[in-house]
Amino acid sequence: MAVPVETRRPASPSRPPEGSRWTRDVIETKVFGVLRWVVIIGLVLVTLFPFYYMFILSIRPLDSLLRDPGSLVIPFAELNWSAYQSIMTPQEDGGQGFLRFMGNSAMVALGTVLISLIVAIPGAYAISRLNFFGRRQVSAIFLAVYLFPSILLAIPLFTFFTRIGLRGQLVALLIVYVAQVIPVTIYMLRNYFDTIPTSLEEAAALDGCSRLGVLRRISLPLAMPAIISNGLFVFMIAWNEFLFALLFLVNTRPNWTVSLGLSQLAGSIEVPTTVLMAGSVILTLPIIIIFFAAERLLTEGLTAGAEKG
Amino acid sequence: MAREEQRAGITLLSPTLILVLVMVILPILWTLVLAFQRVRILNIRNVGLFGPYTIANFDNVFSPSFFTSLGTTLAYSIFGTAGAILLGLIAALALRRPFKGRTLIRASMLIPYVAPIVAVTFTWSTMLDPQFGLINHWGKRLLGWEESIPFLSERAREVSFLGLEFEIPTALITVILFEVWRSFPFAFLFLTARINAIPDSLEEAARVDGATPIQRFFHIILPQLLPTIAMLSVLRFIWTFNSFDDIYLLTGGGAGTEVVAVTVFNFLTARGDIGAASAQALVLALILGLMVGIYIKFFGKKEEVS
Repeated sequence: MAVPVETRRPASPSRPPEGSRWTRDVIETKVFGVLRWVVIIGLVLVTLFPFYYMFILSIRPLDSLLRDPGSLVIPFAELNWSAYQSIMTPQEDGGQGFLRFMGNSAMVALGTVLISLIVAIPGAYAISRLNFFGRRQVSAIFLAVYLFPSILLAIPLFTFFTRIGLRGQLVALLIVYVAQVIPVTIYMLRNYFDTIPTSLEEAAALDGCSRLGVLRRISLPLAMPAIISNGLFVFMIAWNEFLFALLFLVNTRPNWTVSLGLSQLAGSIEVPTTVLMAGSVILTLPIIIIFFAAERLLTEGLTAGAEKG
Repeated sequence: MAREEQRAGITLLSPTLILVLVMVILPILWTLVLAFQRVRILNIRNVGLFGPYTIANFDNVFSPSFFTSLGTTLAYSIFGTAGAILLGLIAALALRRPFKGRTLIRASMLIPYVAPIVAVTFTWSTMLDPQFGLINHWGKRLLGWEESIPFLSERAREVSFLGLEFEIPTALITVILFEVWRSFPFAFLFLTARINAIPDSLEEAARVDGATPIQRFFHIILPQLLPTIAMLSVLRFIWTFNSFDDIYLLTGGGAGTEVVAVTVFNFLTARGDIGAASAQALVLALILGLMVGIYIKFFGKKEEVS
């Protein structure tokens, strides 16, 4: 992209007159130098504080929270991990059964990753590499789908799965999730395929490799970083999803996901806040771990092409 | 060869196409039909694709309560989008120059966006709780509040500022602030990527010419960011306009925060009225499409000219 260079001089040329140090330039530079750190510290506090609060509430005894709601130090004297035990224990044994919910969430999320990759890798490869009629339109349609209100989509899917009697099943959720993440999966993978030079594939084709052979032996290994980051991204979307889980599974408690379980229990008075905070930590922790492990891959995959403007 | 490529392309893409067709496009078309039928959860098994059709479902759409929630949705989307982009821009500028630990801070800045929505809304509502919430505790202690503020369940509050009396919508402002907190990382991420791509020589040249930091921002940096900001405005506006989770989990749509997505959800589940829910969702999508279309027509052109 051509860069429009400002050729005219700035409105007030503030070349420092000899002898005076307090020019506009010096003042602004100093002020922003300080302001920058104020902003950085403020932002770090605002973004991270709720997570710190979530954590300390999960390890405090309930009566200590009610006695002193403002305390922010880690209570080493009365460290209390019983909330985690209570949230993980199965419901039959007097707990909240989150271990089971975690299993459900993990199953749906991993299934979504697996199926969406199997479906999307050939699709993204085709859009990136093969010149066939309608490939531009296909990309546009996928983008449009991604911008549709999910509540609109929720109505017919809710009706459909109710009618065929699959609504309370995890497999219904799995199918819907795969359909929801396919557009973004294709988009990310196609961007990556576009960056791989075709010469390697052409060489393999000349050596007598079939098209599927090229895809499997050459393109797939080269695209591995994108495939992994995409898988992690899809896992996060599926693990965090709430609306469809709520619509489909609310009446079948054994099939609840962690998100749904937490939101349902948060409304009841019987479960103490500290126990629910332990549930929040359990829900959030896998995401934070994945995110920090793959932060570079994820952000690069998402913003690929964005720096071109 | 061309025909072979055509066939291979369609074959490789067909699983995706079938999935999107069956699970996304056909359902959207079916919503169109449902919006014109009397369908309830109770009579769901007796409904066919063809007839009997009715427009009674749209009675609910063109009612005062729908327009109220449409107004709420607009206010929520406009202020949420603007706030998130502004905060994202401030963050991107503040973290522009390298320093020790910047990578870690940049990554942490993205956590509100990736964390599970249910966990963060629960933490926020606990923090804002009138009884044992942290904010009210310190507000009463340090800021001299006379009583707890029910941030998420109070419709409006009288505030006097500089001798003037205002009425501010407490809960709506709270959910907008939450939305800004939740989605500014998205704007931050894209603005940072764009800022990094601006060549240093541009700013260096301006500096040599004597441009101050503020002048450099408005004449060099901002013009380079405008296309990204425009793209972010459209995307964030669409997503906020459609969003359901945040408000449903924070307030349940109470205290003057009922956005259209929550109204639709209530019609679908609480009343079991599939037809009315479809009609409202359809109108929501139409309004959204209209607004985005107008935006692109007016602002998309301007960019090309400049």
